[in-house]
Formats: sequence, C-alpha cells, structure tokens
Amino acid sequence: MSAYRKETTPPPYCIDERMKIPTESPVLHVASRGIAPVIMLIGLYVFFHGHYSPGGGFQGGVLLAAGVLLLRMTLGVTQSQKLMPTTLTLKLSAVGALIFAGTGLVALLCGGNFLDYHFLPVWFEPVYLRYYGILFIEVGVTITVMTTLIAIYDDLLGC
Amino acid sequence: MPWPIEFLLFVIITVAAVVGLSVRNLLAAAVTFNIFSFMSASIMVSLGAIDVAFTEAVVGAGVVGVYGIIAILLTSRKSRD
Repeated sequence: MSAYRKETTPPPYCIDERMKIPTESPVLHVASRGIAPVIMLIGLYVFFHGHYSPGGGFQGGVLLAAGVLLLRMTLGVTQSQKLMPTTLTLKLSAVGALIFAGTGLVALLCGGNFLDYHFLPVWFEPVYLRYYGILFIEVGVTITVMTTLIAIYDDLLGC
Repeated sequence: MPWPIEFLLFVIITVAAVVGLSVRNLLAAAVTFNIFSFMSASIMVSLGAIDVAFTEAVVGAGVVGVYGIIAILLTSRKSRD
C-alpha cells in the first residue's frame, strides 16, 4: 500500500476546473435556478408529511441534496457555495448524527430504553411526546443524509 | 395493475440491464442504469411497496446518476502509462 502511494502523484486541488465555473448555456441557468427551489420545497414536504404518507427523513434529505447538487452542476461549485459551503457539509452531518444518537442517549439516561420517547425530559402529553420525538429524530436523519451526499459530490470532484 | 403493463415493465428492465452491461460507451451505460433503476421503482409501485419505490426512484434514478457522470468525468480516454 505504501509503495502504491509513493508512485502516484498527489491529486490536484480540483480534478476538473470546468466544474468550478458556471456552464455556458443560459437555458441551463434559468431552468436549474427555477427548478432547484421547487425540488427543495418538495423535499421539505416529503420530510414533514412522512408521518402520513410514503416518505420521511431519508427521502426528504435526498431530495434536498438533489436541489443543491443541481445548482452545483449548473452554476459550478464556486457560485453555489452560498447555498451550502463545502467546509460546512461534514460538520453538519456530524451534528445530525449527534441529534439522532443524543436523543436516544437522553432517553436512556432518563430511565427508558434507547430511543424511548416516552422518557424524554420534556413536559408533553406522552402521545405528543412520541409524535414530536420521531419528528426530531427525522430532523437529524435529514441533515445527515443531505450533507453527506453533498460532501460525496464535492469530494469526488476534489473541489 | 393489469398484467400487460407489468409485462412491459419487465421487458424494459431486462433490455435495460442487458444494454447497460454490453454497451461500450460509459455515459450510455450510466443513463441505461438510470432507466433500469426507474423501471425497478415502477415495478415496486405495481407490487404495492410505495415507500421502497420512492426511495429507489429518488436515490437510484436521481443521485446515483449524478455520481456516475462525475465518476466518468474522473476517468480519462487513454491510459497514461
């Protein structure tokens, strides 16, 4: 493994410089900037409506990531940094995993099982406590899935 | 769902699998894999598994296509050795 690493040259900062700048076609600009907010809105709908219909945290997170990835592909990595900075992606994914595991551990420390929402130290009716507990877990799942997919894209390009 | 539609879906998914494995162009293979994934999602809908179909359509036909195209971008036409 070490001999393999000696022979290969270190990768450049960005694999392809064309992916950092916007594409030439104005049609792609207008179409992507119109479609991407709609995709992210559908992602939020899928996330919040996941209790009653197919969907949930994972699918909503993937749709939110798809909206960002569309702008990453058309506007370039440099101009879409305002929407989701590259340096923030992995940190946010760690925050999402912390939300998921932290809720379970708080329920564990308060006397219940892991992810037992009934024992969370919040004053609610137990039914609503389970309802909002699941919604809070899904927030963590959504943040983790969305930022991890964007981080994979940025890391593949090396940008 | 009536059986001719399901039969058509199975025919399309089989043709897409064979074409995607045998075609030489990498971009065509990636797009054919997307077609395979979308038809798989349609078969899941016909079987009644809406949640699985939604996940398959979003992940397999959406994000994996983007990653495939980026992976093709990382390859080079000729080898460097």
